[in-house]
Amino acid sequence: MTGGFASAGRMHWGWFIALALLLILLPLGSDTHTPTLLAIWSLFALSLGLMWGYAGILSFGHAAYYGLGAYTYAITAMNTGESTAALILAVLVPGMVAAVVGAMMFYGRISDVYMGVITLVFALILNKFMGATAGEAYRIGSARLGGFNGIPAFPILNVPGDPSTQIYGTGLYYVVVVCLLGCYLIARWVLGSAFGRTLLGIRENEARVELLGYNAPAYKTAIFALTAAMAGLAGSLFANWAEIVTPSLFGLGQSVEVIIWVIAGGIGTLIGPVVGAVLLGMLKLLLGEQTLVDNSLVLGAILILVVLLLPRGLAPSLMAWRARHVVSGAGRSRSGGSRRRRPPPSGDSR
Amino acid sequence: MSEPVVETRDLSMRFGGVLAVNNVNFTLRERELRCLIGPNGAGKSTLFKCLTGQHRVTHANGRIYIRGQDVTGWRPYEIVRLGVGIKTQVPSVMNGLTVWENLWLAARRIHGQHGTRREVERVVDELGLGAIVRREVGELSHGQRQIVELGLVLAQQPWLVLLDEPAAGITGAETERLIELIQRIQEAAAVVVVDHDMHFVRMLGGRVTVMHQGSILMEGDSNQVLNDARVREVYIGSRAK
Amino acid sequence: MDYTAVVLLEIVYMIAFLVLTSAGLAVVFGMMRVINLAHGEFVMIGGYTTIACAKAGLNIYVAMLVISPLVVGLFGLIVERLVVRHLYGRMIDTMLATWGLSLLMVGLVTMIFGNTAVSVPAPIPGYQLGEFQMGGYNLFIIAVATLLVVCLWLVLRFTRLGLVARGAMQSADVASSLGYNPKMVYMWTFTAGAALSGLAGGVLAPLTGLLPSSGAAYIAKAFITVITGGAAVIVGTLSSSVIFGTINQLVSFGSTPVIGEIAMLALAVVLLRLMPQGITGRFFRNSA
Repeated sequence: MTGGFASAGRMHWGWFIALALLLILLPLGSDTHTPTLLAIWSLFALSLGLMWGYAGILSFGHAAYYGLGAYTYAITAMNTGESTAALILAVLVPGMVAAVVGAMMFYGRISDVYMGVITLVFALILNKFMGATAGEAYRIGSARLGGFNGIPAFPILNVPGDPSTQIYGTGLYYVVVVCLLGCYLIARWVLGSAFGRTLLGIRENEARVELLGYNAPAYKTAIFALTAAMAGLAGSLFANWAEIVTPSLFGLGQSVEVIIWVIAGGIGTLIGPVVGAVLLGMLKLLLGEQTLVDNSLVLGAILILVVLLLPRGLAPSLMAWRARHVVSGAGRSRSGGSRRRRPPPSGDSR
Repeated sequence: MSEPVVETRDLSMRFGGVLAVNNVNFTLRERELRCLIGPNGAGKSTLFKCLTGQHRVTHANGRIYIRGQDVTGWRPYEIVRLGVGIKTQVPSVMNGLTVWENLWLAARRIHGQHGTRREVERVVDELGLGAIVRREVGELSHGQRQIVELGLVLAQQPWLVLLDEPAAGITGAETERLIELIQRIQEAAAVVVVDHDMHFVRMLGGRVTVMHQGSILMEGDSNQVLNDARVREVYIGSRAK
Repeated sequence: MDYTAVVLLEIVYMIAFLVLTSAGLAVVFGMMRVINLAHGEFVMIGGYTTIACAKAGLNIYVAMLVISPLVVGLFGLIVERLVVRHLYGRMIDTMLATWGLSLLMVGLVTMIFGNTAVSVPAPIPGYQLGEFQMGGYNLFIIAVATLLVVCLWLVLRFTRLGLVARGAMQSADVASSLGYNPKMVYMWTFTAGAALSGLAGGVLAPLTGLLPSSGAAYIAKAFITVITGGAAVIVGTLSSSVIFGTINQLVSFGSTPVIGEIAMLALAVVLLRLMPQGITGRFFRNSA
C-alpha cells in the first residue's frame, strides 16, 4: 500500500542493516567497478522515486539535475584543483536551480503533462546548450565546456584537505555506498516527518491540503529541490566514476531510463527504485556486451509490459502479493479490493 | 455592534459573459448561522468560492473582509490560516490515507507535535468515527466521507466555517446527525451553509439569504423567508422554465 | 530584398515542418487526450518505408503520399489494439507505455536495418533566388503541409466523420448516441494519427540521411508544439507552429541554429507558464 504515514515513514532496520552489510562486504568477493555504477544509478533512481512516489511529482527531465551535478563537479574541480568544494557545489547548484524551476512551475499551478513538458524542455535546453559549446570561447574559469565531447580529465575525489591523496576504485565505491545509504536514511526521515506527511496529503489531494492551510507549492518546490540535490550528488559521483562528463547526461535517453528504473522497480517504495536501477542497470550492461538483441528493444518491451501488467512496479506488486498470500488470519479481509491503485493520481483523473 | 465576521462590499464576479455575482453586499456576524440559498445559477456557489479564495478576486471586483482583514485576492490557504474551515461541494478528502491520517494533517498545522494526537482523538470521539478511523477514506461511503470532511474542518478549530452543500447525497438519518453537528459548530463559530435544498434549510433554522441571478433577493429569518411569495416564485419559476 | 524573401521562406518552411511533424500527435492528443510518445518513431518508419520503396523502384511520390501513410497507419492500428486501448484515461501511463514502444521500435529497426544512414535524393531540384541557392523540395513540403491543414479542417468541420470524431472527443456518450461505437472511433482516430505521422516521415525522407534514432529529433519538437498549442487540433497546432517556427528561424538567422532551438524551447516554457492549458486552452477555446 502506498498510502499511510506509517508505511512511508517506517524504517525497516533489519533489512537496512542487512543491505548495508552486503554492500560493505561486497568488495571482498567482487570487483567494484560495476557495483559502483549501479549504486550511483540507484541513488539517482531513489531521488526520482522519492519525489514521484511520495509527492506525486513526475519530472520528465530529472536527468537535468544529474547532469548539472556532474558538470558542476567537473568545472569546479578543474578550477580549484581539488574535490571538496566541487562536491559541495555539485549538490547545492542543482538544488538551487531546481528551487527556481520548481517555484516557477508550482506557483504557476502547472501540473501533470504540462509539467512533464517543462521539465523535459529544461533538460533538453541544457543538452542542446552543452552540446554546442565546443571551442575555446566556451569556458568557465579554467574549464573548457567541450561541446559534444564534454569535459575530460578533471581532478577526481580526494581526501578533504589533502589533494594528493585521491579516492578511486574501492575507495570510490565506499563513498558512493555511504552516500546511497545516507540519502536513503534522509529520505526515510523526511517521509516520517510532518513535512513528509504533508507531501503524502498533497499527492492524494493537493486542493484539499491547501484548504487545510498549507502552502502546497512551497512544499512541492522544497521536495523538488531536495531530490534535485540528491540527483546532483549522484551525477557528481558518476563524474568521478566515468572520469568524463558529456551532454548526454542531460539527454532524453537518460531521463527516460531513470523513469523506467523507478516504474519497473516500484513507485511508492524507496527500495523499489533501487531494485529497478540495479536490475535494469545490470541488464543494460549485459545487453551492451552482446549484439543479438538490441538494448532499446528489451528496455522498451519491459516498460510496456510493466505499464500494462504491473502498473505499480515490481516491489509494491511483490509486497502486495506477499500481503495477500503470506499474512494469514483476520487481517486479510480488507486488503483485497482496492490495492490495484495506479501510480500517483495527479495526471490520470481526466 | 460587534465587527462582522464576513463582509463583502460591492462584490461582482463575471464568467464568460455572465455576471454570476452582481454587486453583492453580504454580512455575517460572530457565531451566526446563515444559509445561502437560491435556484441553480443564482450565484451562491460563485459567492462561496469568492469567500474561500478559490476564485481570484481583484480590487476591481470589490472587497472581501474577514474579521476586518481585507482578504481580497488572498489565496485559499492564506484565508484558511486566519481560522476559516472550508468544506467544498464535491467531497474533498485524501482518499489514499486513513481517516486518522486525514484528521492528523488537518490538526497538525495548528496543534504542533504533541497536541495533534489529542485533537484528532477529540474529533474522532465527537463525530463517532471510532469504528472507521483506520480505514482508507477512499473505501468509505459518500456519507461517511462527508462526515470525515467535516472532521477536517473541526480539527482546525475555526471561528468561521463555510460549507458548500454539506447535505448532498446523504440519507435521512445522517441528515439529522449533520444538522446537530452544524448547530454544535455554531456554538463556537460563524457558519455559512450553501444549499439549494429548502427542506434541509428549513430544518437547520438560522437566518437565510436568498440569491437570484447574482444579487441578494431577500434576507431574513428562516421561516419568514422560506414562506415568502417572491422566494417561492423564484424557485418554482426557474423550475418551470 | 532577396534576403528578406529567403528569411520569410525559411520561416514558412519551418512552420510547415512543425505542422507536418506534429499533425499526427495533435490529432491523437486533441481528440483523445492520448500522448503518443512513439510518434517520432512512427514518422521514422514512414521515412524508412518511403526510402525502401523508392530504392525498390516505386514512384517516390506514391511511396511518400500513399504507401507510407498506409503502412504506418496499419502499424498504428495494431499498436492501438494491443497497447493503447487498455490505457485510455490514464495519461501518464499512456505516455510511459508509448515511450517504451518508441524504444522498442528503435531497437527493432536497428536490428533490421542496421545503424548506418539511408537516404534518397530529393525529387525536386533547387532553384535560384537572387544570389541564394534554395532547395526546391522545401516548397513541396510547404505545399503538402498546407494541403494537410486544409483537408483536416474540412474533414473535421464539414463531414459527418469529423462531426462524430469531434463529438466523441467531447464525450464517449455523444458518439454512442449517434450510433457509433466510441471504441471504434478511438481506434480509427489513433490510426489516422499514425497515418499522418507516416505521411510526414515519407515527405521528409529525402531531406537527410535517416537513422533508427531519427525519431527522437521529431518527438521533442512535436511534443512541445502540440502541448503548447493546447487541445484544439488545428488551431492549436497551427498557432504554436507559427510562433515557434518564427522564433526558431529568426533567432537562428540572428545567431546560430542551436541558439534558435534553445530560444524555441525557452519560449515554450514561458508560454506554458503563462497559459498552463496551452494556447487554445486560453484563446480560441472552442475551435476545432
